This record gives sequence, C-alpha cells and structure tokens, in this order.
Amino acid sequence: MKTSLLPTIAHRLAILAYVIFALFPLYWLFKVSLTPNDLLYSEGVRMWPSRTTWEHYSFVLQHSAFPTFFKNSLIVSGSTAIIVTICASLSGYALSRFNFRAKYWIVGLMLLTQMFPLVMLVAPIFKILTPLGLTNSLTGLIVVYTAFNVPFATFLMQSFFDGIPKDLEEAAMIDGATKFTAFREIILPLTLPGIAATLGFVFTAAWSELLFALMLINGNNAATFPVGLLTFVSKFSVDFGQMMAAGVLALIPAALFFLLIQRYLVQGLTAGAVKG
Amino acid sequence: MASIDIQNVKKAYGHVQVLHDIDLQIRDGEFVVLVGPSGCGKSTLLRMIAGLEGVTGGEMRIDGKRVNELHPKDRDIAMVFQSYALYPHMNVAGNMSYSLKLRKIAKEKIAAAVASAASKLGLDPLLDRRPKALSGGQRQRVAMGRAIVRQPKAFLFDEPLSNLDARLREQMRAEIKKMHGDLKATSIYVTHDQIEAMTLADRIVAMHGGVVQQVGAPLELYDRPANLFVAGFIGSPGMNFLEATYSGGSVTLKDGTVVALPVPLALADGAKVTVGIRPEHVVMGGEGTGMAASVDLVEPTGFGIILHLSLHGLAFKVFTLDRAALSAGPNVHVSFPAQHLHVFDEKGDRCAVASA
Repeated sequence: MKTSLLPTIAHRLAILAYVIFALFPLYWLFKVSLTPNDLLYSEGVRMWPSRTTWEHYSFVLQHSAFPTFFKNSLIVSGSTAIIVTICASLSGYALSRFNFRAKYWIVGLMLLTQMFPLVMLVAPIFKILTPLGLTNSLTGLIVVYTAFNVPFATFLMQSFFDGIPKDLEEAAMIDGATKFTAFREIILPLTLPGIAATLGFVFTAAWSELLFALMLINGNNAATFPVGLLTFVSKFSVDFGQMMAAGVLALIPAALFFLLIQRYLVQGLTAGAVKG
Repeated sequence: MASIDIQNVKKAYGHVQVLHDIDLQIRDGEFVVLVGPSGCGKSTLLRMIAGLEGVTGGEMRIDGKRVNELHPKDRDIAMVFQSYALYPHMNVAGNMSYSLKLRKIAKEKIAAAVASAASKLGLDPLLDRRPKALSGGQRQRVAMGRAIVRQPKAFLFDEPLSNLDARLREQMRAEIKKMHGDLKATSIYVTHDQIEAMTLADRIVAMHGGVVQQVGAPLELYDRPANLFVAGFIGSPGMNFLEATYSGGSVTLKDGTVVALPVPLALADGAKVTVGIRPEHVVMGGEGTGMAASVDLVEPTGFGIILHLSLHGLAFKVFTLDRAALSAGPNVHVSFPAQHLHVFDEKGDRCAVASA
C-alpha cells in the first residue's frame, strides 16, 4: 500500500514546530549563558552572539555559593524522591489491594490536600516548623516536600498496582510466600516503571520548588538552587549571564536523572493507564 | 497427597450468600470436577479450598486438619490459574522453582526437581525463556510444571484450558488426565465445559446458584440426572424437555401421545411432569410412526447430524449418525423409546421409581 507523502510531511513538520517551540526557552537560556556581559545589551536580539565566553560558568562554579545550592538541592530532591516513593509504594499497594474501613475517607482526605493553593499553607507551616527547629534546615524542606507529594504519588502508584493482575500475588502465596514476600518479590519488580515514573515526578517537583524553599530558608547555607538563582538578582541589576549559566548547570542532574529512568518512564506512563 | 473434607461450608459477601451448605468429601487421589454455569460458585469454592477466600461458615479439612484459618502458603496446595499467572520477570525455570526456593530447599534438589518436571512436560528447551516469549500452550505447560515440581497435597485447577484454542485444549485435556494417572494426586478441577468434566472426572460435582445439585460419576450424571438443571447442563447438544401428565405408569404428551414407562413412578395420577430425552435417543421413523415434526435446520457435524425440529411449536433437537437424515424432507416423524425417558416432577427433581 502506498501512503501519500503530503500528510506525512505535514505531520512531521507539525511535530518539528512543536519541538522547536518547546525547546526554544532552553536554547535561549544556553545562548545567554554564553554571551559576554558587554554584548548582552549592545547587540540587540540575535540568535547567536558574535563572541562567546565560558566566564559565567567559571564564575558561578568558583566564586558563588552555587556549589552549595547545588549540593543542598541534590540532598533535598533525592531524599524527598526516595522517601515519597517508598511511602507511595506501600500506601498505593494498600489502596489497590485491600478493602479496609475508612478507605473511602482516607482517599477523600488525600484528594482534599491537593485542592489548596500552597501559598495559603506557608504561614501555618512556618508556624509549625519554627518551634521544631526545622526552619532554615534541609530536613524541614524534605519533610514539607514529602508531605505534599505523597498523596499524588500514592494515586500514581495505585494505578500501577491496579494494572498488575491479582492472580500473580495469589499464585505467589500458594507457592508459599507471605503477603509481604509476594509484594516484594513479585509485585515490586513488575512495578519498576511506575516507581521510576514516581521518582522522576517527585524529583523534578522538589528540584524546582521555589515557594517553600524561599519562605523556610534564609541565608545561603541551606538554600536550594531555585532560591540561589535569586541571589543573582541584586538591588540594581540582574546578572543574567551568571544566572543563566547556573540555570544550565542546574539542568544537568535533572536531565541525567531522566536519562537514567526514561527506559521505564515511557513504558510506565502508558502502562499504568491503559493496560488492564 | 491428601483427602479434602468440606462440611456445611457457606460463603457470603455482606448479605449476599453465594455458597449454601456445601458438603463434599474428596478422597485421596481422586479427580473431582466442579462444573456449572458462570456465577454458580464453583470458582469461589475452589478459592476457598486454596485459602484465597475466607470461609463464612462450616469447616474445611485437608488430611483431617482444619484449615479454615490457615494462610494459603501453609496449606501445601498447588493451583493452576486460568490466566496461568506466570511471573513475567522470571524465566521458565525461575517460575517453576519459585515455590521450592521459598521453602529453602537445597539448590541441587531444586534443579533436579525442575529438570524432571520439565522433561515430563517437554519444557527442557524453554527453561531460559520468559513467559512473554512463550505460546499459550507452552505457558499452560509451565503453569502445570510449577504445580507438579512441588509435589503438593492437592492440585487445584481453575478453568486452566479456557484460554486455549480447541485443538490445544483437547491435547492438554488428555495430558492432564495422563498426568493424573501417573501422579495419582488429589485434584479439584473447575470448568464450565461439560466435555472436560465428563472426560476428566472420577466424580463430577454439578453446581448451580451456590448449591450442589448432584455429585456422582460422569456417566451417572449423564444417565440419571438428579434434576432438570443437571439434565440440561450435562450433554451436548442438550436434553430436550417436553411437558406431560403422568398417569398409571405412562406419560401423556401434549398432543396425546402416550408413552408407557418401563417402571411405574412414585407419582399421583394426573401429576404434571417434565419429560426429558437426549437428542441421540430420539428415534426417527417413517410416516405413521411417532409424532410429526417439521425440520427447521440441519447441522452436519461430520461425526453426526443435528436436526433442529419444531415439535408442536417447541424447539427440539435430534442427533443421529444416519447420513440419510441430511436429505430428510421438511417433515419427519420422531418417537421416544421409553427406557430413555427422564421424568421430572413439578419441582424439577427426578421422579423416584415407585417401590413395589
């Protein structure tokens, strides 16, 4: 059968246009990070500066607190992703497989937590964390991020567990496994795509979170990098070159992380939704 | 191997009772088939024996030991699922050895058990494959292999052949029967396919609406069905039913045909009854014999011929090996040999023979 050429070309062109549209801001970030300060305002809007420099990168890495921000972000996002995924796996499994009293209300309550704009909660959370000594600390951030991400991650994991036939666990139990062994040895390995999707989702959410990081942290020691980026904004000027360089650097771990899990992710995001 | 004793077992989900007072004694080494239409409770009963469903009332014993509260893993029972339920992330050998690994059996012993089961089922060349890379029939074999490596107290089968095509089903049916002959393992097999039930079972348990309708050897259910349900369910094409009245040792059909029964029944004269006759027992004759019926449809099966007739407006089937039936005209004559008639009373139960 001969497929006609025109629709195919139009289809590819549409995809290409979308990809360019989506990636253009990233390109601009990269371009500005390479533009020397003296050219930034003098050359007008150009697709590529006449002269490029890596000096913003070396400044950011050597003379700013960026490495600290970076390390803090890595600790906060990594811990949050791991803790949330463990909690969500267990609770998602429970919601998927067990019938218990108040299940309906627990699910309702979890949905309810997703309905409030976070801004509303900043003040009460600050009030709660201060006496506990958890403001201005990475632990405090991890606790808050975990609390906010667990409900959604639980629903995500639940849909993955729903996609795994109950027969498999029953077969394992008849083979001599306890419920928990069946969960660990049969169900979890099959949920790897779901776990990867959850890890990725929570990691990026925590990696780019600004509101709570800004409110709960002051000073550079415990700042995460979204907060750190703001240090490049001074009273009278914005150091765009350094800010963009920091931004590009901050993209690297997130990109690496997704590269690592993308094999599971593509499979995971579709499998949970469609497969019965 | 073990006997399984089911006493007065009930199952209810909330207020919905799905199994009513099931009583069943399964002997050591016996092959019992639970058969019935979907929703009759046969799978639930099997899952209760496996421990996957709780028991609402009554008592269940395996080898004389009460198991009502026992976790499936402690019952030492193997089960073959309809979906096979093979572990997708393990290869064939891994699937078959998982239960032994959980029992912490020595590696060499596991390898030997897997090898022997695999050769029995012709799985040797497939041991390294994942379930995804197997055909339906091969998956079915692996599921069986997983059950037999364990040498459990009993085998449970939950419609294991219903996902296979007709030819493979026939082949696996024969293999299961052969395997049971070799292993002599207590087996409980759930199916809605009455051919599977007839061919495999030592005893059939026919179930309907959560109640056991009849327990007996396959031919006993075929020849002497206890009620209308069993009569209609066992046999294909199914039994024909006609309304009639009983009087003085014979039944009178609607059109006035009187068939004298070989033995008198314990019924009052004038009682309304349902008369059943299997399609293969109907005799076709020429003009002037029996009742006239019109032919609606002729189905040659190769082996024999199924005639769909209309008898006084009632759908009626005849099965015959006589190829002359293919060219039967629009009208035929049928008669019912008295020794093949089944008579059921108004409640649908088989009528007892009057005691002399």
